[in-house]
Amino acid sequence: MIDVQNLTKYYGSFRGIENVSFRVEAGEVVGFLGPNGAGKTTTMRILTCFMPATSGKATVAGYDVFKESLEVRKHIGYLPETVPLYLEMTVESYLKYMAKLRGVPKKRVKERVETVMEACGLTHVRKRVIGHLSKGYRQRVGIAQALVHDPEVLILDEPTIGLDPKQVVEIRQLIKELGKEHTVILSTHILPEASMICRRVIIINEGRIAGNVWLEGGRVTSIQTGEGAAVQVGDRRTLSLLVRAPEEALKTALQGMPEVLDVRVEDIHDGVVRLSVDHTPDSDIREKISSLIVGNGWGLLELSPMEITLEEVFLKLVSREIEGVRG
Amino acid sequence: MRNVWTILVKELYTYFVSPVAYFVLFVFVGIIGFLFSSSLIIGGINRMETTEVLNVLFLNMSVTLLFFAPAMTMKLFAEERRTGTIELLMTSPVRDVEVVMGKYLASLTLLLMMLALTLPFPIITSFYGKVDVGPVISGYVGLILLGASFLSIGILVSSMCRNQIVAALTSFGILLLLWLIGFIARGRGTIGEVLRYLSLVEHFEDFARGIIGLKHVIYYLSVTAVFLFATVRSVESAKWR
Repeated sequence: MIDVQNLTKYYGSFRGIENVSFRVEAGEVVGFLGPNGAGKTTTMRILTCFMPATSGKATVAGYDVFKESLEVRKHIGYLPETVPLYLEMTVESYLKYMAKLRGVPKKRVKERVETVMEACGLTHVRKRVIGHLSKGYRQRVGIAQALVHDPEVLILDEPTIGLDPKQVVEIRQLIKELGKEHTVILSTHILPEASMICRRVIIINEGRIAGNVWLEGGRVTSIQTGEGAAVQVGDRRTLSLLVRAPEEALKTALQGMPEVLDVRVEDIHDGVVRLSVDHTPDSDIREKISSLIVGNGWGLLELSPMEITLEEVFLKLVSREIEGVRG
Repeated sequence: MRNVWTILVKELYTYFVSPVAYFVLFVFVGIIGFLFSSSLIIGGINRMETTEVLNVLFLNMSVTLLFFAPAMTMKLFAEERRTGTIELLMTSPVRDVEVVMGKYLASLTLLLMMLALTLPFPIITSFYGKVDVGPVISGYVGLILLGASFLSIGILVSSMCRNQIVAALTSFGILLLLWLIGFIARGRGTIGEVLRYLSLVEHFEDFARGIIGLKHVIYYLSVTAVFLFATVRSVESAKWR
């Protein structure tokens, strides 16, 4: 659906993005994750034909963003970072205007506006002037505007910025729903948000792509960095344990279990041992471990699964990138 | 064409939900009415020819337009750039020329409304003596052409500004300068002639006297076309920065 090859954008001598390449298939929900100023907005602005790249090639729905920009714009719904609203218009008249501008046939304008107002929970404020609405509602109007012509691709730049926690949850839910029928690219610098909504996260840092991360239900399943191939991270799982027991005896007992791959003692304090246990991914050995410990007369204080979080991956990728630049 | 219409309607809506349209319409008519009635009182309607009254009326309107045109165009692009809605317009499947034409035609519509509201003045004049329809028509044709060129300059300036006050003051400055060079140029040989030719208001005098000169019509239309073309280019170029 979206194919970006070696995209580079310089603002004068200042680098916006450099050699950015990625593909997004139809129906994917992809997050752009990166620190502020990493190039997320620049990439999105190029894809939406708001500005041209210095070099490189990008196609959306099979159309070139430079040569067939009008066609591309028909297929894209875009929510810019600062939600662009005509504050003096009412919600309904604004959405009607945007529908006409985006080429919705005259007969379908009313129906489309009704549909998106319904989807974004705006029906009861339809006659209100946008300037009088709260930030959360304005954001919804912004999203409704991006949806009004039923585009195949949705590009949302920081869709939940500046909202209160309840509104954030609502907007995320809405985007998740939209992801079922649309190809969605959204940018964010909020990690939990990315891992909650997206199946894949593209990490951008200093204008380059630092890596791709695939997620399932918020858990990292594979990582791909730089030019390398994707690596599955599901080959082992880790448990964190807090046990009152003699260290050596505990270690030996755990290592004796067939599913356990590795045991590391992290900390000992007042006869309480904190350790990490790596085990094979296809087994859940929590019950076995707890009965082993209890059976030996030791005290099990804590037992919890540890998963590789997007946060760890992100920090690793981003800091390595910084080292690479310095080196 | 549909896009031009959509944008035109929206821009007119914007004029009328903000005070701009009312300010422009009523203050303009108020000032013209004041100048009209004082010309009648000071000149003395019985001693003046109706043609003279109308001539003064049209000249007054041409100069007053110079102050109002910048207020009509200042918002068109500057406000969209300030609030970021330009990003919406530029990422919609709409050509730049359609955006410019939609906005420009909206300001032209407002101008036509303004001029329509001044129609009572020639009608009042006709109570005091015979009024030829010819000069009235030529006067209004001239005002429309003159106003069209003022607005085209205003929209170009607005497309280059982020702040609507700056846009208004800059286009007002340009219009004022183009008016003043006509004064300075009087009786200064060849250079004077060139300067007078450049002065927007100079070309209006024939219209006010009841003559529709082809060269003046062409002059106004070409000024308007050049500035609108420049506006389209300016809107396009904003993307490359």
